[in-house]
Amino acid sequence: MKFTLSWLRTHLDTDAPLADITDTLTRIGLELEGVDDPTAALASFRIAHVVAAVQHPNADRLRVCTVDTGDGIVSVVCGAPNARAGMKGVFAAPGSFVPGTNTTLRVGEIRGVRSAGMLLSAREMGLGEDHSGILDLPPDAPVGVPYVRWAGLDDPVIEVSVTPNRGDCFSVRGIARDLAAAGIGTLKPWQPARIDPQFHGGPRWRIDFPEACPWILGRTIRAVKNSPSPKWLQERLSSIGLRPINALVDVTNFFTVDLGRPLHVFDVARLTGDVLTLRRGEGETFRALNGNDYAATPEDCVIADAAGVQSMAGVIGGEQTGCDESTTAVFVECALFDPVRVALTGRRLQVVSDARQRFERGIDPALMPDALEAATAMILELCGGEPGEVTQAGAPPAWQRDATLRFSRVAAFGGSNIPADAAVQSLQRLGFAVRHLDTETITVAVPSWRNDIAAPVVLDQAPDLDPAVAARAAAGCAEIEPECDLVEEVLRLRGLDAVPPVSLPRAAPVPLPTLAPRQQRAEQMRRTLAAQGLAECVTFSFMAAADAALFGATPDALRLSNPIAADLDQLRPTPIATLALAAKRNAARGWPDVALFELGPEFAVDAPHGQALVAAGLRVGNTPRHWAAAARPVDAFDAKADLWAALAALGVPTDALTVAADAPGFYHPGRSGLVRQGPKTVLGSFGELHPRVLAALGMTGPVAAFALNLDAVPEPKRRRRAAPELPPFQPVRRDFAFLADAGVTADAVLRAARAAERTLIAGVSLFDVYAGDKLPEGKKSLGIEVMFQPRERTLTDAEIEAACQKVIASVVKATGAMLR
Amino acid sequence: MTDDLQALQAETTAALAAATDLRGWDAIRIAVLGRNGRLTALLRDMGKTPAEQKRERGAALNRLKDALTDAIELRRRALESAELDVRIAAEGIDPTLPPRPRETGLIHPISRTIEEIAAIFGAMGCTIAEGPDVESDWYNFTALNIPPHHPARADQDTFYLPAQDNRPPPVLRTQTSPVQIRTMLTQPPPIRVIVIGRTYRADHDATHSPMFHQCEGLVIDRAMTLGHLKGTLIDFLRTFFGQPDLPVRFRASYFPFTEPSMEVDIGWNRRTGELGKGDDWLEILGSGMVHPRVLANCGIDPREWQGFAWGMGVERVAMLKHGITDLRPFFESDIRWLRHYGFNPLAPTMLHEGV
Repeated sequence: MKFTLSWLRTHLDTDAPLADITDTLTRIGLELEGVDDPTAALASFRIAHVVAAVQHPNADRLRVCTVDTGDGIVSVVCGAPNARAGMKGVFAAPGSFVPGTNTTLRVGEIRGVRSAGMLLSAREMGLGEDHSGILDLPPDAPVGVPYVRWAGLDDPVIEVSVTPNRGDCFSVRGIARDLAAAGIGTLKPWQPARIDPQFHGGPRWRIDFPEACPWILGRTIRAVKNSPSPKWLQERLSSIGLRPINALVDVTNFFTVDLGRPLHVFDVARLTGDVLTLRRGEGETFRALNGNDYAATPEDCVIADAAGVQSMAGVIGGEQTGCDESTTAVFVECALFDPVRVALTGRRLQVVSDARQRFERGIDPALMPDALEAATAMILELCGGEPGEVTQAGAPPAWQRDATLRFSRVAAFGGSNIPADAAVQSLQRLGFAVRHLDTETITVAVPSWRNDIAAPVVLDQAPDLDPAVAARAAAGCAEIEPECDLVEEVLRLRGLDAVPPVSLPRAAPVPLPTLAPRQQRAEQMRRTLAAQGLAECVTFSFMAAADAALFGATPDALRLSNPIAADLDQLRPTPIATLALAAKRNAARGWPDVALFELGPEFAVDAPHGQALVAAGLRVGNTPRHWAAAARPVDAFDAKADLWAALAALGVPTDALTVAADAPGFYHPGRSGLVRQGPKTVLGSFGELHPRVLAALGMTGPVAAFALNLDAVPEPKRRRRAAPELPPFQPVRRDFAFLADAGVTADAVLRAARAAERTLIAGVSLFDVYAGDKLPEGKKSLGIEVMFQPRERTLTDAEIEAACQKVIASVVKATGAMLR
Repeated sequence: MTDDLQALQAETTAALAAATDLRGWDAIRIAVLGRNGRLTALLRDMGKTPAEQKRERGAALNRLKDALTDAIELRRRALESAELDVRIAAEGIDPTLPPRPRETGLIHPISRTIEEIAAIFGAMGCTIAEGPDVESDWYNFTALNIPPHHPARADQDTFYLPAQDNRPPPVLRTQTSPVQIRTMLTQPPPIRVIVIGRTYRADHDATHSPMFHQCEGLVIDRAMTLGHLKGTLIDFLRTFFGQPDLPVRFRASYFPFTEPSMEVDIGWNRRTGELGKGDDWLEILGSGMVHPRVLANCGIDPREWQGFAWGMGVERVAMLKHGITDLRPFFESDIRWLRHYGFNPLAPTMLHEGV
């Protein structure tokens, strides 16, 4: 919402400095967007008197002027043909900046004559194109006074952002009222005189769509002469960026801004028939004032004459029946339209108009008759003519309502100690009329322009609430909401900044844990993965559907209906997908070997709420090159190590997990594993990405990735740990090498070895895997170390030997392997 | 001491001095003290010594044995030390060579900022509530008093998913506020929670990302006033930015889910970007007293309970705190940017270490 200071002063009697006004606007919720004072740069230029002007001794075209600046007499060399003794002009002193020439003035010598300043042309001040000579002011122009103030050009344009609840402040008068209530000046009275009709007849209204238009007024004014508006009106509109069109149209635009009261003018001669009907659209197309064609649906309210749609109610008028300079009879529309319907129509048609902006926030229903009188008066003044009678359809809606405030609530809810009488004053200044007042409460009548106060309560309560609970809450809302509205008004005018801050009282002597166990685990996971050397990323939850399809299901239910870009349309099936794209981008920048992870959602229709929290990571390319260790390509076991570290950090006993080769299809089928806890629960997966996936993504790889579903990991049990077993006897370690079929898994061998002697064997580890020339075809050798831990006494050689035989027997039996 | 003993001592001392390595030294030791060594032989021959000389010769032999043992041991240490010196001289490294690579990872600035926010509000007694990214229309809008014609629901702001079973289409949550609703429906007041998570809006430029993070707070109790709201946010902002005197300003504003609503500004210098200095104000938070309709939609009687809520952009406060000027790199995963702005995973946010 834009307005000028002078426009504001037509409604507000104030001498307050501009800064006070703008600070107050921001404080009371009309946030200042900007002040544009095009003349601020000219403030130092003052009116001066040219006392004498003589020919420059060394230049034909220059004159040496003796100038009285009001601050002394100076000599100025001037090249303007109109410079002459006795004239009044505008003087720029040395040191000032001249916007038209983009220079800062200095005292100088021009062809041997000293020049201490400059007499300015309009163009040099940036006030026009005229550069034929210096500004020639009337003889009574006061010397020494800033030119822009004398010329009335110092009228800053103020722009505020009006919140959706304050339709009343989409008007200069509404802003003036709020400022006055906040202590800036006083609101000037405004009451247009009633204009008696001089004839009957003219177009009439008919409402066939009362939900969209409960009440509408109109008046015909005939014998008007439409022409360009007078200068003051043109300037007023131009100052806030509106283009003056002709007097009739300019009057409607003026009141739209001045009173927040959109009006529309029909050229009576261009209407067909004498009834204007408010009805639903019937699919017809009409051409609007902006030259575009729009189709009217049954959900849109249109204004139609016998020939068809002539206006989209509250949104935009029609080209066909608009007023131009040939108009001699005008029909003025002053309507009340349903805000929601205007908003929906405007949004659907994508028309942003000053009328829509105001109607969709709700306009003052009580203002309509007065606004029509004021508009009539201005039309008569600018265009002459004879006013007809006011015609109307529908009826004013019942907007009257009361609201009650318990003064104690200003402190108990608002936290402010504003005294009761100050609160009463604030409300009165805002236009609330006192209906009842005692020491505890005040009941006020809400002014017609404040549709945001004590509005009808619309609830949409949670469907599964206990009906009694729901009813009590609804009743409470109906009781409390108007009071909250009034508390807000009282606080707002004083400034919420004035409410004393109070620190939150402690809920417990020492705060309880902030994170739930699940959240704690996620944080530990984040730190653990970063400590593995992975860099944490945050990638988008959505990606291109085609890329997502490489990584899993891409159901339509998880595809955005209105993606911002074609490559951001599908919710990702796994963060590995977006991490792979991140790695690809890094490679394209010349950083092919990265290790990344992310903790974030993956989406699937069958997951609870459609998503699961996943820790995923990947390593790409080669391990770092180093003088002491050769670089090697990353592989599945790098990913498995990351996954195992993650699981260990969560307290998952990795020995008890099973790994099978049925990992998701985006992994290399022979170089990946699916990790389960128990028979069913899938905790995660790891492996190298499938070469086809890499090719489809345009990546070279290798890429080793893992994913861990944090939601699948059971919450750790809070058990007290048993005391550790710390036997005083040294463990005995023995190595075994088994020759096994290539298909025998390491896991099978290790499990069999461990199972051989539950009490004595404290650990089994694999230290060697070999397959090659020295072994028979289809065989491999697995070297394992078994650690025996005696508990009672040192083991004898015979006992160790017996235990070793058990290990061998167990492995042979379970896997068919042979001791090498 | 007899001549033979003196000779042995002298010869052994000379031989030890001549030994240049441990092998030579060991030959001398064996030649003197070994089973067939010269001193061993002399001791063995004691039996042949006449009885009247035994005492004196025995004493002399013992002294000699002690002396030779000491001399041999001394020489061993000297030789070992010399050998070690030689080895040390030979096995030097170039200590300027780079160490074996041990890649350190890092924590994303968004996560770090979330940690910091959680730590501060946690100290005020808040726990963290969570909700899904894909939300129903009711949780994301209706329950929050955002009516169907509200501009926030316009296509250009909200991402929609296909509608199922005649219900309004689900949305990617445009704010973390739906979790307020989920919290109020599952947890009786008093409530102190914060919600931090991914949010989505259809906007993409240097200051808008289609996905970003919000932090939302909700405090519901019997006597929570707007003063508490202000105190809570001032305390947070000053702690988070580490400036005990950070100017904080509250301006009346409007949000559908709060009343009164306030925008919160902090003081800064627009030109230099310095916080707490200069005469400019920077909008950083939205906040307000929870709207009675929002409470009532969740079955909470606004006559009994009242409270406040706030919301802020996680990236925005992170950018301000760390002087990051562009939003887009947060989601770009450029390893160079991550290394520049990332945080040490082993130095998590802890209030007693300072945020």
